[in-house]
Amino acid sequence: MMENFDPTMVNWARAQFALTAMYHWIFVPLTLGLSWLIAFYESIYLKTGNEEWKRLTKFWMKLFGINFAIGVATGIILEFEFGTNWSNYSWMVGDIFGAPLAIEGIFAFFLEATFFAVMFFGWEKVSKRFHLFSTYMVAFGSNLSAVWILVANGWMQNPVGMAFNPDTARFEMQNIMEVILSPVAVTKFTHTTSSSFVLAALFVISIASLFLLQKRHIVMAKRSIVVAAVFGLLGSILTGLTGDSSAYENGFYQPMKLAAYEGLYDGEHGAGLIAVGKLNPQKKVGDSQEAFEFEVRIPGALSFLTNRKFGSYVPGINDLVYGNEQENIMGAAEKIEKGKIAIRYLDAYKIAKKEGDELQATATLSIFKEFEQYLGYGYLQKPEDAVPPVALSFYSFHVMVILGLLFPLVCIAFLYFGMKGTLEKQSWLQVLGLPMVFLAFVASQAGWVVAEVGRQPWAIQDLLPVSMATSNLSTETVQLTFYLFAALFTILLLAEITIMAKQIKIGPEEI
Amino acid sequence: MIDSLDIITLQHIWWFLCSLVGSLFLFLNFVQGGQTLLWQVAKTDLEKSLVINSLGRKWELTFTTLVLFGGALFASFPKFYATSFGGAYWLWIAILFTFVIQAVGYEFRTKPGNLLGTRVYEFFLFLNGSLGILLIGIAVGTFFTGSAFVLNDYNQVTWSTPLRGLEGAINGFNLSLGLFLVLNARTLGAMYLLNNINFESVTEMEERLRREAFINFACSLPFLLIVLGSLFFMTGFGIGENGLVSMVARKYMLNMLANPWIIGILGGGLILVILGVLLTAKSSKKIGIWLGGPGTVMVGLALFSLAGFNNTSFYPSTVDLQSSLTIFNASSSYYTLKTLMYVALGIPFVLTYVAFVWWSMDRGKVGVKELGSDAY
Ligand code: HDD
Ligand code: HEM
Ligand code: HEM
Repeated sequence: MMENFDPTMVNWARAQFALTAMYHWIFVPLTLGLSWLIAFYESIYLKTGNEEWKRLTKFWMKLFGINFAIGVATGIILEFEFGTNWSNYSWMVGDIFGAPLAIEGIFAFFLEATFFAVMFFGWEKVSKRFHLFSTYMVAFGSNLSAVWILVANGWMQNPVGMAFNPDTARFEMQNIMEVILSPVAVTKFTHTTSSSFVLAALFVISIASLFLLQKRHIVMAKRSIVVAAVFGLLGSILTGLTGDSSAYENGFYQPMKLAAYEGLYDGEHGAGLIAVGKLNPQKKVGDSQEAFEFEVRIPGALSFLTNRKFGSYVPGINDLVYGNEQENIMGAAEKIEKGKIAIRYLDAYKIAKKEGDELQATATLSIFKEFEQYLGYGYLQKPEDAVPPVALSFYSFHVMVILGLLFPLVCIAFLYFGMKGTLEKQSWLQVLGLPMVFLAFVASQAGWVVAEVGRQPWAIQDLLPVSMATSNLSTETVQLTFYLFAALFTILLLAEITIMAKQIKIGPEEI
Repeated sequence: MIDSLDIITLQHIWWFLCSLVGSLFLFLNFVQGGQTLLWQVAKTDLEKSLVINSLGRKWELTFTTLVLFGGALFASFPKFYATSFGGAYWLWIAILFTFVIQAVGYEFRTKPGNLLGTRVYEFFLFLNGSLGILLIGIAVGTFFTGSAFVLNDYNQVTWSTPLRGLEGAINGFNLSLGLFLVLNARTLGAMYLLNNINFESVTEMEERLRREAFINFACSLPFLLIVLGSLFFMTGFGIGENGLVSMVARKYMLNMLANPWIIGILGGGLILVILGVLLTAKSSKKIGIWLGGPGTVMVGLALFSLAGFNNTSFYPSTVDLQSSLTIFNASSSYYTLKTLMYVALGIPFVLTYVAFVWWSMDRGKVGVKELGSDAY
């Protein structure tokens, strides 16, 4: 029998992973987007030969470098954390999950690390063209690393291309192309990178707005803004489209996640989409209370978005927990029963194997196979455990979407006045621009909260609950590392922020 | 071609590839070694800047090699990843800590508003170069001396000591290996800096570097002798015909006799390191690093090969022999190892562009005029 770990320890391990991932994600989206923007600025420099563009490029590059160092520092912790804190997970799925990480290391990280040095220190050492090439390679490399890590993450959300091996009790890869090209992985990548483009564009817009308000570096600020606004607008459109595909796929592969972030307890034909709402905090799964204290609903829209058909049925949390025969939905309750059978026969199979009883082994294995797909559910204690935190998912999702509708408008405004050449006169717009980068960070983090919290209780959707995935550690140990990391990362983040602020104050250097 | 390889061959190839990445990391530890030399060889702020900027063009590469080492082990020997990282928890967390603070060390050290002050970031770099490498040496030492863990039927690991890996430090062999790696990194660091810096306006530093290369090598010798001596005579963890792990007297000597090429690369590597040091200390040549570096790679490869090949357990358990990890029981499935072989075909390509960029960036040595606005 596999051990279920101490729930308090598991929660600390979750908190620790969330902490490190969320810190990593402060730096990564900026890298993903800013690297392209810098490459665009440098391209314009090469095309026009105007030194002002070089000065501008170098300014953003400096901020990029400060950000990059700490992104790398948090990344290494994440990678090894799979081993230190999720060792059972690592062993059970290392066969599949390790491969993208290794590929990422070989191809993406080396590209980034190698050309990073040229980008920063090569201005005088290599030709202008090779320098530009290196800048593009850094951008390409960082986005390539996003491909692989998101393939890994996409696989956790929708495990494909593998089979369970009862002899080793682990999942083994059968088809790597299925893993890489899984639709969930593809939308994860497109949505994550495009949203990071938006974030980086708003980073530039916010800082340039500050310059305009302070009446410093006006030409440089205006130039930076125009390129960023185009990039941000295109990014926003892509973000919206791919965000829609993300939700559409959730409907297929993770209906519980969708129900949670929509606050949909009882499934409906022609389900409405909540535009804004306040959840009823007393509401529990299975009771008859109202889900919302207040809501604005767009009728039929959720059905349309989920199934591309207005009257179609969208299952709610209660359907997925208790089942709904009418709609032909098996609930978690029934899956748990079947999962327990699978566990029993897996254990019996192991014993028969150990005793060399081949006949018994074959018999138990065939029964196990019948119930195999519910194995993960067998480790849940009760059906309600299959429900992720509803409020957190719901509010995070709605914050992200509302901001996602706001950002393209902001980009359009900056683009419009930028093209007209009157940006420095629009102080209202400059003030509006200031907080945009913070809102972008909020949206981006909220997106990951939707994706990761909405996946609970699963480490691997339907197959491996988080409570089975950890290492055999004491609560105190994990608690201590949580605080150590929290302290270290917070200090480093504060240092980064003050350094950035100083560099922004100094502004671009004279050449 | 790759399709015709059987699983046992693939397991051997992957152990070799992981060993290669690990050994390259030991070479690239010249960055860490250089970090610990900062106080000794650089007496003025200018000298310090030169050292930091010379190392600062390479630290990413070392760091990324460590990341790749982890990734490659994860993909090819996931049971090792799970057992060692999840088991020897404090040892690995401590190592990681020293790398987190390294990463910001370069970028933040002299920037205005860096919160902690230049000295603290320099101390971070020192800690990474000393404690970080020492602990890595201790971790590698346990490949030979074993650790206290038990795996259950489902391969979940239970560690038998509360120190969770740090107890490896009280073993003479592990400690010697760790100290050897630290001192060797310093030797390499001195040789790299000698090669990479333009000493026009800091002539005295050149002499100091040459001296440090020699002194550190001399200090590393006793530890090297302890490690090699022990390897010849110590009892090791062998895998029997039946797949069971048992203690075998003089196991690593037997491994050398069974695979004489290991003696070849071990001896060849040591000779290269010695030659590099002698050239550095006794002549005016600056190419020591190009002998010492490859020499270190060869020595590293020999060590890892001794640990994993010839039916040896590379991550043995001292409390439950049958929990010990071998390249056979800890590897990924046949499909994954094979698929990753295709990926590995890309490695020469990566090495080529890394070498090209290195070459084109190092044509001009790091001198005063490099310390402009782009510098660390
Ligand atoms: C600037 C950031 C940003 C913005 C404006 C948006 N998103 Fe987003 N969203 C992300 C940043 C993000 C993210 C951080 O990149 C996530 C986390 C995981 C992922 O795949 O992308 C994410 C996840 C995510 C998920 C969960 C995916 C899953 O769990 O598989 C959905 C359903 C959406 N998004 C939908 C949208 C919609 C409909 C948006 C409206 C325009 C939107 N997002 C704007
Ligand atoms: C960098 C962006 C990411 C952020 C901000 C993020 C955020 C989070 C959060 C908030 C949790 C805690 C969920 C909970 O326990 O309630 C979590 C858990 C986790 N995430 Fe992520 N995540 C990110 C990316 C990833 C990626 C790319 C992967 C895998 C490749 C991943 C793997 C995990 C794992 C293994 C856990 C722990 C198990 C679990 O709680 O499900 N995360 N993450
Ligand atoms: C939770 C899973 C994750 C792990 C284990 C992880 C691992 C790492 C590691 C080890 C590094 C340092 C690489 C180096 O040495 O250069 C790194 C940096 C980086 N990671 Fe992650 N990462 C995770 C999540 C993500 C996500 C979700 C993305 C993008 C979508 C991403 C993109 C990057 C990028 C672009 C860098 C370069 C440094 C930077 O941008 O600040 N990572 N990551």
